[in-house]
Amino acid sequence: MLETPLSAVALIPILAFATAPATDAPEFKGPSILDFFPPAIFFEGNEFFEMNRIMLLRLVIVALIFLLFWLGTRKMQLVPGRFQGTIELGLEFVRKSIVEDLLGQKDGKRFLPLITTMFFLVLFMNLTGIVPGINIAGTSVIGLPLVLAVAAYIAFVWAGLRKHPWTFLRNALFPPGVPWPLYIIVTPIEFISMFVLRPVTLTLRLLMNMIVGHLLLVLFFSATAFFMVELGGWWIAASAVTLAFGTAFTFFEILVSVLQAYVFALLTTVYIQLALADEH
Amino acid sequence: MLAELIIAADEAPNPLLPAWYDIVYSLIPFILVLLLFWRVVLPRMQKMLDERAALIEGGIEKAESAQAEAKAALEEYNKLLAEARAEAATIREKARAEGGVILAELKEQAQAEAARVTATAQQQIEAERQAALVSLRAEVGTLALDLASGVIGESLTDDKRATSLVDRFLADLESDSTATTKAAK
Repeated sequence: MLETPLSAVALIPILAFATAPATDAPEFKGPSILDFFPPAIFFEGNEFFEMNRIMLLRLVIVALIFLLFWLGTRKMQLVPGRFQGTIELGLEFVRKSIVEDLLGQKDGKRFLPLITTMFFLVLFMNLTGIVPGINIAGTSVIGLPLVLAVAAYIAFVWAGLRKHPWTFLRNALFPPGVPWPLYIIVTPIEFISMFVLRPVTLTLRLLMNMIVGHLLLVLFFSATAFFMVELGGWWIAASAVTLAFGTAFTFFEILVSVLQAYVFALLTTVYIQLALADEH
Repeated sequence: MLAELIIAADEAPNPLLPAWYDIVYSLIPFILVLLLFWRVVLPRMQKMLDERAALIEGGIEKAESAQAEAKAALEEYNKLLAEARAEAATIREKARAEGGVILAELKEQAQAEAARVTATAQQQIEAERQAALVSLRAEVGTLALDLASGVIGESLTDDKRATSLVDRFLADLESDSTATTKAAK
């Protein structure tokens, strides 16, 4: 995705300005890792409550989610209007397509609040990455993906231990059907896969998708601005190309946002399902 | 290539190491949104879905009962129709039977009447025959006496003898006729 050949070609001209900044030539300033660590707005210097624009944006998104879902479910009609219909569509998608599909009605009911929260929180936080003026995803700083992954981890370990501690641990560490000498290799792999890699991959998949999406968009649009404003002349033709790519990738980011929210919720559900399963 | 374009600032923190404030401002949204869905949105949604299911089930039930009602009404109607048909048939049958009876009665009456008329006529004929016989008997006697007196030239005015003669003659005649009828038989 990142190294799509076409997008690479579109960015080649900028390399000259980025890698060898001559003193007389205008210098291209690309996106920076510092984008994800903007200056503090409130409580500067406080280790626990320092608030920058990304943290503020997260709280704004929470307010938005409260507003939408509170109003959308305040006076629920049996025959829904457009707004209630949309809210219902979203909630029913998570309930039917993700949770009940994998866990069934009984277990599904217990984990539905968690999975619904994950899906909508990730979705809304992801989508801020393409909202003009905000341009950064609430999930592009490691805290939120990590907190959600830890929640998923606690959920599936708790689900397995509560239902059947021994079956859960045996299924997890000593998968049935494997000749016993192989357990010497399989058990450490399974242990790492289950208790280390699962939360780590959940976190990193979401985080990296959002970081890279942001960097790519900034790269395209700042290159467009650089070609058009700093260089001008014939370079404006190159700016049209980068602008087109930036626009295309903006739409692509919408897809990625929805997809990552879906994948995060789905994987959490799958882990819970595996923990609850009697046999593999 | 991306890496070359991204400015690597020396003082930039590692994006993989979470800062405390980042964790705090991740936990708060997570807990708030979890509580929202857990305590408010999903129960409301569940309540509405239950109500909707009840409504749909109620609607189905209503439709079923209406259908049952319609079926019962149709059966009732068919039953009434069959009853009416049966009744009509019995009435027709009764009427036919009654008609037959009336016809038979009429026939009988006519026959009786005819018999009566015939009997009266026969009686009349008999009476008339008797009358004719009596008058004839008297006439024949007188005529025969007249004829005989004429023939023998003496007046048979002695009534007593004349009458006895005539009576004897007639008795002979009668016995003759009975004899001939017996011989004919």
